[in-house]
Amino acid sequence: MTVSATEPAATGRRREDQTNAARGSRPSLSDSAAAPLSYDPELERLEIELLLEGIYRHYGFDFRSYAYASIRRRLWRRIEAEGLTTVSALQERLLHEPAMMEQVLLDLSINVTAMFRDPAFYLAFRKKVVPLLRTYPFIRIWHAGCSTGEEVYSMAILLEEEGLYGRARIYATDINEVVVHRARAGIFPLERMQEYTENYIRAGGTRSFSEYYVAKYDGALFSPALQRNVVFSQHNLVTDRSFAEFNVILCRNVLIYFDRDLQTRVHRLFHESLVHLGILCLGSKETLRLSRYEDSYEELSSAEKIYRKVR
Amino acid sequence: MIGTSWGGLNALSRVVAGLPATFALPIVVVQHRSPDAAGFLAELLQAHTGLCVVEVDDKRPIVAGHVYVAPANYHLLVEHGFFSLTTDAPVRYSRPSIDVTFVSAADEYGRRTVGVVLTGANEDGALGLKRIADRGGYAIVQDPETAEGAAMPRAALRAVPDAHVVPLDRIANQLIAIAPPRPPAEHRVRAPLS
Repeated sequence: MTVSATEPAATGRRREDQTNAARGSRPSLSDSAAAPLSYDPELERLEIELLLEGIYRHYGFDFRSYAYASIRRRLWRRIEAEGLTTVSALQERLLHEPAMMEQVLLDLSINVTAMFRDPAFYLAFRKKVVPLLRTYPFIRIWHAGCSTGEEVYSMAILLEEEGLYGRARIYATDINEVVVHRARAGIFPLERMQEYTENYIRAGGTRSFSEYYVAKYDGALFSPALQRNVVFSQHNLVTDRSFAEFNVILCRNVLIYFDRDLQTRVHRLFHESLVHLGILCLGSKETLRLSRYEDSYEELSSAEKIYRKVR
Repeated sequence: MIGTSWGGLNALSRVVAGLPATFALPIVVVQHRSPDAAGFLAELLQAHTGLCVVEVDDKRPIVAGHVYVAPANYHLLVEHGFFSLTTDAPVRYSRPSIDVTFVSAADEYGRRTVGVVLTGANEDGALGLKRIADRGGYAIVQDPETAEGAAMPRAALRAVPDAHVVPLDRIANQLIAIAPPRPPAEHRVRAPLS
């Protein structure tokens, strides 16, 4: 019924869903991933803050400024999947077992993606942004929070079809080394190609989508030519600095996981990293309105949240 | 908090049409629909009410006088004074999931939460309504006899047997009866994280 019911097993979530399925079809409150009713909300918040502080100080991953309701929900899914009953019990496990930390890192990072996800965005990008990019001799693009890379390959295809890819360089980053590694491989599940083909057509694709991949290794291997101007690397939006000046920054459905303070910090990073008249692309429900940077941009597409830096 | 699915547009229209523009509580609507659905639901509801209907974008403050519609293809979470969105996996095939939103509202606002389950052809909302009731909130279920889809209200009633069963055309009045006469301080604009 929804596209993500068939999402790839890129994250621990999928394994969890299977665990839930294995428990039987009868829904339980655990499906909603929340604390037991007896749990004191103040204590819960304290424990979650301590856990996030522990992760930061021991492993260096900083989730302390993530949106609380979402972090809480994800942590409880992991707590239940591990058969634990308290946040503190999970804290003990992940501080003493690096493998558990890796699992929780997958739980807490954003790995929901699809090729040409939100086709209307790519259509708007073709119409509103591509004509601007034609005026540049060289185009630097930063895809922040690229997850397993589906949207990076989508952008490479779009630029290729617009005749711009040869002079473009895409820097695709994610907080999570594991998903960056997967992105570099460029192999996506074959069973999703029909959905991706439909997205591609609705996104304004001008060729046949099947030109871009071959069936191999039980998956769809995307043409290495699409990767020739992509640099994949690990980068943490919370703790790392800017690393270049860009003509375009794409960061879609990543900031929703951050609290307002962290959103503002990341917007400062983006603002500093964009050239004058550079383009910022956000997710369709993300807004600059509350960010202090609203006046620094003009809207190119209000529906698709495409902005241009004007000051 | 109002959750609905099959037949929801008609039911929601009836409920919001019965509320005055001065209604003191912010209203949150979670309606199942296609992942690709654009923001038409808010426009359609706006035609029936003097309250301000908006589709929620991320971190939007929660303010009385508004009807907040969960956007298609995101889960809507209630934080203290504002909303968060997530693209976490659908819960039992639904995103937005009524249960997810109701549980987060119950955990944040406790007994100040009012949960309403309207017409629908599945069982989403039952667990969330139970969470609201367990946290001391107020549970309303549309009388299944008045629902286009009776499955959802019936499931909610199984989960919360002592919920208030109200026919569709009386739900607005019921909400008016339990809402405070004017917005108390805690329901006014709560500037989150200045």
